[in-house]
Amino acid sequence: MSVKSLPKEEYWLPGHAACSGCPASLGLRMLGKALGGRFALVVPAGCTTVIQGTFPRTPSRVPILNIAFAASAAAASGLKAAFEVRNLDVPVVVWAGDGGTVDIGLQALSGAAERGEDILYICYDNEAYQNTGIQRSGATPIGAWTTTTPFGKRERRKEAPLIVAAHRVPYVATASVAYPLDFVEKVKKAASKRGFKYIHLHAPCPTGWRFPPSKTIEVGKAAVETGMWVLYEVENGLLKLTGRSTGLWDPAKRKPLEDYLKLQGRFAHLFKPENRWMLEELKKHVDENWSRIRATLERGGRLF
Amino acid sequence: MPRVVLSGNEAVAVGVKLSRVNVVAAYPITPQTTIVEKIADYVEQGELKARFINVESEHSAMAACIGAAAGGARCFTATSSQGLLYMGEMVYWAGGARLPIVMAVVNRALAPPWSIWCDHNDALSLRDAGWIQMWAESVQEVLDMMVLAYKVAENERVLLPVMVNLDGFLLSHAYEPVEVPTQETVDLFLPEKRPAPYWIDVVDPKSYGTIASPDTYMEFRFKLQAAMDEAARVIEEVDAEWSRMTGRSYGGLLELYKCEDAEVGLVVVGSWAGDAKEAIDRLREKGVRAGVIRLRVTRPFPSRSLASVAESMDAVAVVDRSLSPGLPSVLLSEVRNALYDNGKKPYVKGFIAGLGGRDVTPLDFEAAVESTLKAKEDGGSRVEWLGLKGGRDVC
Repeated sequence: MSVKSLPKEEYWLPGHAACSGCPASLGLRMLGKALGGRFALVVPAGCTTVIQGTFPRTPSRVPILNIAFAASAAAASGLKAAFEVRNLDVPVVVWAGDGGTVDIGLQALSGAAERGEDILYICYDNEAYQNTGIQRSGATPIGAWTTTTPFGKRERRKEAPLIVAAHRVPYVATASVAYPLDFVEKVKKAASKRGFKYIHLHAPCPTGWRFPPSKTIEVGKAAVETGMWVLYEVENGLLKLTGRSTGLWDPAKRKPLEDYLKLQGRFAHLFKPENRWMLEELKKHVDENWSRIRATLERGGRLF
Repeated sequence: MPRVVLSGNEAVAVGVKLSRVNVVAAYPITPQTTIVEKIADYVEQGELKARFINVESEHSAMAACIGAAAGGARCFTATSSQGLLYMGEMVYWAGGARLPIVMAVVNRALAPPWSIWCDHNDALSLRDAGWIQMWAESVQEVLDMMVLAYKVAENERVLLPVMVNLDGFLLSHAYEPVEVPTQETVDLFLPEKRPAPYWIDVVDPKSYGTIASPDTYMEFRFKLQAAMDEAARVIEEVDAEWSRMTGRSYGGLLELYKCEDAEVGLVVVGSWAGDAKEAIDRLREKGVRAGVIRLRVTRPFPSRSLASVAESMDAVAVVDRSLSPGLPSVLLSEVRNALYDNGKKPYVKGFIAGLGGRDVTPLDFEAAVESTLKAKEDGGSRVEWLGLKGGRDVC
């Protein structure tokens, strides 16, 4: 199966207000194709608020309920409840950025996951508050430059998919816009299950990460091939590597991390001698992440 | 009509059941809790066919109601005090989105210091959120107001959320015999079929709440104001319709007690109107021609009707259960504002009273009226704190 085999029908139309090379608009296109356009979107504050353009126009062929920053998982719970009482079998999908997910929206997300709401929550993770001008978020990786971490972030990122998985929901997955088929398959699989589903979509942002808009896919692929981003699924508490990440628990199979970092301006300072410790911390973080995955796989993938 | 003994909070729950609400999202807070307990019970027992979403916060409670109302459900939530403030962002969102949500607010003071007792600062702090604000005096009125609230909210000329306010403990936990309307009566009054122009629909998809540029934003707000103006008329119409069906009328925006020949008016909101009426009876025995003006609705503010009632009065005492530090109180300024444009306007004196549940008796209301008449003659203070210990030297 190739990208060309995806449905031709478009649900996210051209003329929207995204930056060139925007991963969020790519993801929205794929999402529409995966679900065949029959679903409702709930969108909190973030890039996607702006990407929609201004009233009275919209690039979306599916209905969108825009909502306040912290509120998407709760609003989606209410919307799904309304569909249920009206006997409408329409999936409700949250489309939220990393700030709206791992920071300000985490409480509502946790509540909805714990209640087992029948919704699909997708976090498109561009690893900072890109919409407000590239401020650090809880998902910004260690070492990355943002306007509020001018010398590089000193803390590690939150592992949001594992936080959600700890709620023992039926389906959690990570994905990347650089692997659209993997993402589409995961959306379809999630939509086939009842209960709370979560997909964390890696979304390399040319504007915020400082790389040319033509390289979004290249950067996304490098993230996976170097092991900086991991494609996996957690189904009923069992972890499984998917797609390009399969087998990458073996460090020999991973490309050097520098191949990913050197593509982006936000990591340029890591290669100055005085910042070497930050680069080492980042490598340590990636290695520890993989050691944990390997240990999990060795005991049969059981996370919880 | 069956007559049963209910608390204010139980009356809210009965109102929710009779209104055939189908999505409830709520988070517990004293003194609101018995409302959601009762509703959870109705849902579990199958007496109310609804989805009960046990949210993790008030912010999520209102967010879930917004999602549910946008999706076409008739929905409900209830809160108090800190919960209402925590919900505040979404309260504004519901108003701006013009969604016909009904919320019971069991009025309670704000911290610090902690207080679980009644005052009106919680709801009044959200007076500009685009919600209709109604205030009940009795348990019977709480029950009727719940049903009327949905009828007003869902009217296509209105489409605004409604806050039904009831005083914490004084009304929420007070038991009174209540006439419960039959389900048939409520079904006739409040049809299950609701206007659907705003419902989220996959067949005719629209994007709600997108960015409005400076070119379009003001018109949204203008329409909100126009809907409020319309709501004032609809509330009167709905009150008349309910009266025809049940024999109970509350006067729409204002309830007037012995105001026909009154020289002095006592303006109040909420459950202590009963004490105010008692005070007025005593004053009349003493030869003071006094009356009570009870504001049943503060948004839309009944400016015109208030001015027209007050123009034949020499003086008005406003006893306010709120404080707006530096102003000094919400209803006092709103009443003065409403009277200002009228050619003939009475002398107005304000009283800040009952904050954090401080007890106020009919004797206090009597004293407030007398103090107003005296201040009018000798030019005394225009604002007084009722029952303040140690007077101005309190701290």
